[in-house]
Amino acid sequence: MSSNAIEFINVFKKFHKGERNDSLRDLIPYLSKKILFRSKNDQLREEDFWAVKNVSFQLKKGESLGIIGPNGAGKSTILKLLSGILRPNYGELHIHGRLSSLIEVGAGFHPDLTGRENIYLNGAIMGMRKEEIKNKFETIVDFSGISEFIDTPVKRYSSGMYARLGFSIAAHVDPEILLIDEVLSVGDFSFQLKCLNKIQEAIGNGTTVIFISHNLPSVITLCQNTILLNKGEIHKYGETKQVCRYYYKIYSDTRKATEDQCFTLQDMELYSSNGTPSTSFKPGEWAKLKLKVESKIKIDRLIMSFYLKKNDGMIVFDASSDIISNQYYSFNVNEGKEIELNFRMNLPEGAYFVGINLFNPEKGFYLYVDEGIEFYVSGPKTGGYAYMDLKW
Amino acid sequence: MREMFKEIVQYRQLLFSLAWRDIKIRYKQTVMGYMWAIFMPMLVVAAGIFVKKAFSILSGDPMDLSAMLSVGVKAIPFSFFLTSIRFSTNSLIGNTNLITKIYFPREVFPFASTIASLFDFLISSVTLAVILIFANIGISIYILWLPILLIFLITITTGVGMMLACANLFYRDVKYIVEVIAMFAIFFTPVFYDSKMFGKWETLLLLNPLGSILECLNAIIILHQPPNYYWLAYSGFWGIVVFLISWKIFHQLEFAFAEYI
Repeated sequence: MSSNAIEFINVFKKFHKGERNDSLRDLIPYLSKKILFRSKNDQLREEDFWAVKNVSFQLKKGESLGIIGPNGAGKSTILKLLSGILRPNYGELHIHGRLSSLIEVGAGFHPDLTGRENIYLNGAIMGMRKEEIKNKFETIVDFSGISEFIDTPVKRYSSGMYARLGFSIAAHVDPEILLIDEVLSVGDFSFQLKCLNKIQEAIGNGTTVIFISHNLPSVITLCQNTILLNKGEIHKYGETKQVCRYYYKIYSDTRKATEDQCFTLQDMELYSSNGTPSTSFKPGEWAKLKLKVESKIKIDRLIMSFYLKKNDGMIVFDASSDIISNQYYSFNVNEGKEIELNFRMNLPEGAYFVGINLFNPEKGFYLYVDEGIEFYVSGPKTGGYAYMDLKW
Repeated sequence: MREMFKEIVQYRQLLFSLAWRDIKIRYKQTVMGYMWAIFMPMLVVAAGIFVKKAFSILSGDPMDLSAMLSVGVKAIPFSFFLTSIRFSTNSLIGNTNLITKIYFPREVFPFASTIASLFDFLISSVTLAVILIFANIGISIYILWLPILLIFLITITTGVGMMLACANLFYRDVKYIVEVIAMFAIFFTPVFYDSKMFGKWETLLLLNPLGSILECLNAIIILHQPPNYYWLAYSGFWGIVVFLISWKIFHQLEFAFAEYI
């Protein structure tokens, strides 16, 4: 028995584009075409595409893995492969332990049955034994917070209640491996928080978790490692914060296309309050950002924006020169400029990036530096996103 | 084969939960509730008695009580077969969300459909048994064949149902074919008439394994005769073979269900 809970080795999964032959009427022309025009076999294959392409990863017991990526990247397909609903075309996968998947809450609900009856039914579908459900029944109902309506048919439930009940059942299955696919987007804020805590508790108890979500902050809180998936392939695989930052960066950078080659950033540096170059600061300390830019062409009235980003990709501060100080930058042909700005590090402990850009609202971006300098703030441990000057 | 059995045993609770769901929802929001399980076969029996009466008028023979009861003995298993087949055929495509979302052996769907229909069969059989007792039809030693005949009936029903469920998942034409066959099956199965009425063509009717099961049932319950052992063996052969082959095919194709549904 290996210590790996999940092994996913070079897995490929093919899907078919367009209509399949659903009825016999379509099958007969299809087969005759296939027999008559054998040479066109390759063309038929072109209708296939790889939903998952050469994906490999491993997960030890008790680890948690996030999977993020744009729609259609193959995230849910991976979960379906893991849970055994789909079989890969090539590659291997091994799973050690009782697996439960939260692919869609309430998938097994029957609208005509009451909440109580559905708990028993759905529990059985999720692989729970009858006594187990009986023992946990009260906890499940309490967790869902809909005990008043437990004897009402679920077709009369609101979609929020439906989701609450579905999640409550799934959360009490106590599997060794838990697969979660974008189920927290339902339910109100307090319920979402409750679910996140429940998942975190499960991870703490040694459950192996794979978590798919578009909600990056919750991926960051739950998972150590994350895979960024794009068009079925692993785009990036590593520590969650870095992967999330990368994801933010590449998918928010569509505007970068307008960047003009005639503009160059020659130098960019951070200085501490005593005037020496530094990348390490204390909360509340003054810092100075100096940059040198040069333009090969004549440009008028550029706006500069300055922003700070946390190392998980979250923008903590974003300001532009026109709003803050009504300042615009104009350049003549081959003119270089030095720009300075001072700011206070009102930030809690952590790693951050400075980003700047110069743009004209009508013409687009001329300079775009997303992660110009990485710097660290070290100070007392505090929570939240800002560090206030505090006199206690 | 062994693994298939093991898997089903492992998932038995799910199987019974699904069957229980199917039973429960069948008569939800109906006024008569479970009484439908008695009324429906009663209607078929009534139709059968009507047809028999027509036969007796034509032939000039008087209709006796045992002829009426024999319609009941045949019609109730027959309507179990039909309901179960209809129900199984749609059992996979009616649970698309479960098939594409959660893993478990997919056999549980057609099996649960059969169990749910079996529940109705049980209710109507008990009713029929009470009627038979009151009609003072008597009993013979041959009644001991009943459990074996019921096993053959159930295996053949499950087997056909499983095969059709699977076929219907890939080609939706199947459910229309099933409807047409269900409509006309009563004509080429000896339910309202006896296969003996056809003289030398009797064999042809009994080649339908359901027909031979029904005739054997009639023999042991109403006629107090031993079943025709050749036809008994014949229907038993079909019952087991159809069941095992269907299950095997179903199991082989199962992995593709989520993709093709």
